[in-house]
Amino acid sequence: MDKEKIISVQNLTKQFGNFTAVKGISFDVYKGEIFGFLGANGAGKTTAMKMLIGISNPTSGEANVAGFDVHTQAEMVKKSIGYMSQKFSMYDDLTIKENITFFGGIYGLSRIQIKQKIAQLVEELQLQDVVNNLVGSLPLGWKQKLSFSVALLHEPKIVFLDEPTGGVDPITRRQFWEMIYTQAYKGTTIFVTTHYMDEAEYCDRVSIMVDGAIEALDSPKNLKEQFKVDSMNDVFLKLARNIE
Amino acid sequence: MSIQVQNISKSYNKIKAVENITFDVNDGELFGLIGPDGAGKTTIFRILTTLLLANEGSATVAGFDVITHLKEIRNSVGYMPGKFSLYQDLTVEENLDFFATIFGTTIEENYDLIKDIYVQIEPFKTRRAGALSGGMKQKLALCCALIHKPKVLFLDEPTTGVDPVSRKEFWIMLKRLQKKGITILVSTPYMDEASLCDRIALIQKGKILKIDSPENIINNYEKIIYDVQAKNTHGLIHDLKNYPNQYSVFAFGEFIHYIDKKADFNPNDLHDYLKNKNHTDIVIKPAIITIEDVFMDL
Repeated sequence: MDKEKIISVQNLTKQFGNFTAVKGISFDVYKGEIFGFLGANGAGKTTAMKMLIGISNPTSGEANVAGFDVHTQAEMVKKSIGYMSQKFSMYDDLTIKENITFFGGIYGLSRIQIKQKIAQLVEELQLQDVVNNLVGSLPLGWKQKLSFSVALLHEPKIVFLDEPTGGVDPITRRQFWEMIYTQAYKGTTIFVTTHYMDEAEYCDRVSIMVDGAIEALDSPKNLKEQFKVDSMNDVFLKLARNIE
Repeated sequence: MSIQVQNISKSYNKIKAVENITFDVNDGELFGLIGPDGAGKTTIFRILTTLLLANEGSATVAGFDVITHLKEIRNSVGYMPGKFSLYQDLTVEENLDFFATIFGTTIEENYDLIKDIYVQIEPFKTRRAGALSGGMKQKLALCCALIHKPKVLFLDEPTTGVDPVSRKEFWIMLKRLQKKGITILVSTPYMDEASLCDRIALIQKGKILKIDSPENIINNYEKIIYDVQAKNTHGLIHDLKNYPNQYSVFAFGEFIHYIDKKADFNPNDLHDYLKNKNHTDIVIKPAIITIEDVFMDL
């Protein structure tokens, strides 16, 4: 049986003036996969991701995300995905409960659904003592876990995570990845960017962007074999160096 | 001694940012403050660069007291804050010129010190700082912090959010500066960078947990860590956590780092247990210990 494609990208290109940020990239992501989207600063990751989540119109090429065309059905794309920004983007001066209620409302959940979600998240993240505290007062690690859960409130098929673990302590970083694994196991597709190369090893498949193009795409194991190195860090260094 | 910190504490309202911190940095040393966000690293930097007063304790930098001799300190240190703090609407060259002038020097006078770094951004010297890429901003900020030839260089998370290639290059630059006799205090949340420092302080929640060379910290770690691998990583983590006598289970790249509570732990027993749980392609072997392992066990 063929694996179900949840993201399908063909020759996707984005130009800003005479600068081409994304140069005709093509790839597929399958349902329930953890897909690592790596690249150096300025390689075009963020631009590519913005096109996939429907907030930037491609100059040319095609992309289908969760069954919708990013050109013509950008609003449907937005409804079908979750997105967690690298910059914490919940309201610091609202409580945890108020934030969940707010984002639940934005995603079109009913009052009853929101109530159920709050109860579920409080239980899963053990927020019993802090649910009425301002989000701004939470440690970074909790904020990240909460952001992730909020990005999943409307049970999207795909969740996009943009450097979700930057600056987080090593234990929380791993707890975060366990949440990712659990979610992928339930069938949610995870599309994640990171600068931690050990995290690249946790992905099912990894793509590496260099200078606007995808220079490598495979499982971490195959990439290491292909480049004859022991770690994803070395794969990354090798790829980026070869270009220079 | 380039930096001496004794029993420094600092609170913001009721929150203790740093608590009773003591450490020394030797002349010419590359010393790392290693810890996650919120550990208190920036507070320490701000106290040592005379931008913030401690509630308790004392500190000297380049031989000067941080309270009574702040002007001397400001002339002898370079500080690169975690947040990009140059003038976004000045060009690369204008920024550098500005900082040189403020410190009563010129770009030409100390060009030797910044040359290696500056040549990489020189092609863009007429570009506004705000329009630079992350890696170039970082290099410009470092040049500006160096332009008055400081004795001590403070770098607060210079590599956060920077890709692995640029991070590697940045550390090569730091090593070169160190060879020129500059003492460097650097903070980072990346544990792999810890091994590049002469000595490190592991810091969490405002307290220093350990100070030593990276080699000693690793060599003094007493527990045995095993690399465990199987086809289904998610299931493997779950099953390892349920193994009797497990002490800790953490993902480490392609392997899981497993520590057992029992001294007479036999890897073959674990192998059988995992086999019974239907795991395939099982690998169990002693792991190479890293600073991150030690940090997580403190």
